[in-house]
Amino acid sequence: MYEIRIHSRGGQGGVTAARLLALAAFRDGKHATACPFYGAERRGAPVVSFVRIDDHPIRVYSQIRSPDLVVVLDSSVMETVDVLQGLKEDGTVLINATHGTDVGGYRTYSIDLTGIALRENLVVAGSPILNTPVLGALAKMGIVSVESVTSAISEMFSDERNVKAARAAFQELVI
Amino acid sequence: MLTIATGNKAVAAAVKEVKPDVVAAYPITPQTEIVEQIAEYVTSGELDSRYIPVESEHSAMAACIGASVTGARSFTATSSHGLFYMHEMVNWAAGGRLPIVMANVNRALGPGWNVWAEHTDSLQERDTGWLQVYVSTVQEAYDATLMAFRIAEHHDVLLPVMINLDGFTLSHIMQSLETVDPGDFVPPINLPHAIDTARPRGYGTLTGPNDYFRFRWDMERSMRDSVAVIRETEDEFARRFGRRYGFTENYRCEDADVVVVSMGTLGKEAEVAVDQLRREGMKAGSMRLRWLRPFPDLDLSGRDVVVIDRDYSFGFGGVLAQSLKAKCGVDPFSVIAGLGGQEVTYDDIASFVRDRRIGEEHWFGVSD
Repeated sequence: MYEIRIHSRGGQGGVTAARLLALAAFRDGKHATACPFYGAERRGAPVVSFVRIDDHPIRVYSQIRSPDLVVVLDSSVMETVDVLQGLKEDGTVLINATHGTDVGGYRTYSIDLTGIALRENLVVAGSPILNTPVLGALAKMGIVSVESVTSAISEMFSDERNVKAARAAFQELVI
Repeated sequence: MLTIATGNKAVAAAVKEVKPDVVAAYPITPQTEIVEQIAEYVTSGELDSRYIPVESEHSAMAACIGASVTGARSFTATSSHGLFYMHEMVNWAAGGRLPIVMANVNRALGPGWNVWAEHTDSLQERDTGWLQVYVSTVQEAYDATLMAFRIAEHHDVLLPVMINLDGFTLSHIMQSLETVDPGDFVPPINLPHAIDTARPRGYGTLTGPNDYFRFRWDMERSMRDSVAVIRETEDEFARRFGRRYGFTENYRCEDADVVVVSMGTLGKEAEVAVDQLRREGMKAGSMRLRWLRPFPDLDLSGRDVVVIDRDYSFGFGGVLAQSLKAKCGVDPFSVIAGLGGQEVTYDDIASFVRDRRIGEEHWFGVSD
């Protein structure tokens, strides 16, 4: 089982990213669950959501304690939240940042998702939308296939710019 | 069709297939998504139902009762405080022998204000004459909702059915969902005592002790008869759609020396604990109770029982633990866990089994 924890701020689309990722994994023929952790959420507050992907039906409902991958959609949450908590020794970090930063000695991938969202004019209520571009990056990392990412995004969003942003992130992420 | 959905959306999708004549509802966290989705189906024309946005849960159940007594198929959904606000009407629905179907998204009770999973809400309604089923996956939420209408409306039953799913843990989690075309799996409703102006009768009139007592006995006879109807419905469902359910879901129980009994999503987490314990050489099994009313005959003799209650009856004990003692003659290790959405992992469940103290009660995380 591959376990992913997504850190973001309320309103940035971390929960939707988790749902999209589960849907893409499902379209790959895998079993997947996406579960948001619901607390006292409000816009701007740090939030986490979880995705599990496996070849077998998933029977675990409790929160992920030792993720294989940590995704940070907003690096400013790292000032108050230990995003590396429980991350497996051979775990990976994907971080939305303009330049490469190695986080805690873990294999870290950086990509400017905010820049991609702004370039594609994916902005809602003044906030760049990060949940569709991040799927492109996750596809480049091999977590899900790029075809399934495209179909998952098209299923949930009619706006073509979301798929374009995901494709751009797929191109840009250096593995 | 294969898709991915939350527990709430799965319930709504099943309701759409069964096409109730009337849906009356009031939103409450974490149930709101069910009635929002149904409202969208009605607005878009995908579902031809009369949707009544009422001002309270008491009115929601009252509207369902009014609709049902005319012979209409009716549905509502609620949770926790909403369920208690309609408590009077919950009794009236069962006593009126009205096959209403309701989804209850299990949530703790205030104070302190808490929106997370706990079973005390529906368990406090266990003596009302409603059938109660507890589900553990998004697919099961869908399948149980389809079956609930057929069971409730069966003439050997004519009692309302409550489908229970864990708040957030299941209501808001996304899993794969296979939707089906139910065809004639749920036949048209035909309420034998529906209001008929050609044959005037009294409804809700003053009833003397003798008749009242007979009505109550008749409810209990139907509750007992519902066992066969549930079996027949679940068999037919398996034949048509390939997924089999029962009064319990038993996992590696055949040769088990110790069995974990639980309800809802904890029952799935318990299966993972069982696998872990088996790897350690312990013959463990999991029995997830699906139907609480009617309460099934369970064979737990000759083994240790660890029961997890996500509920409590103050001054008495865990409701499941006490039910097993009374109905199955077992003296379990009674674990109270998961109240107010407390996190309970498969590691925790495995440790309940390893450290079991038969005959005792343990409040996970707060008592030793």
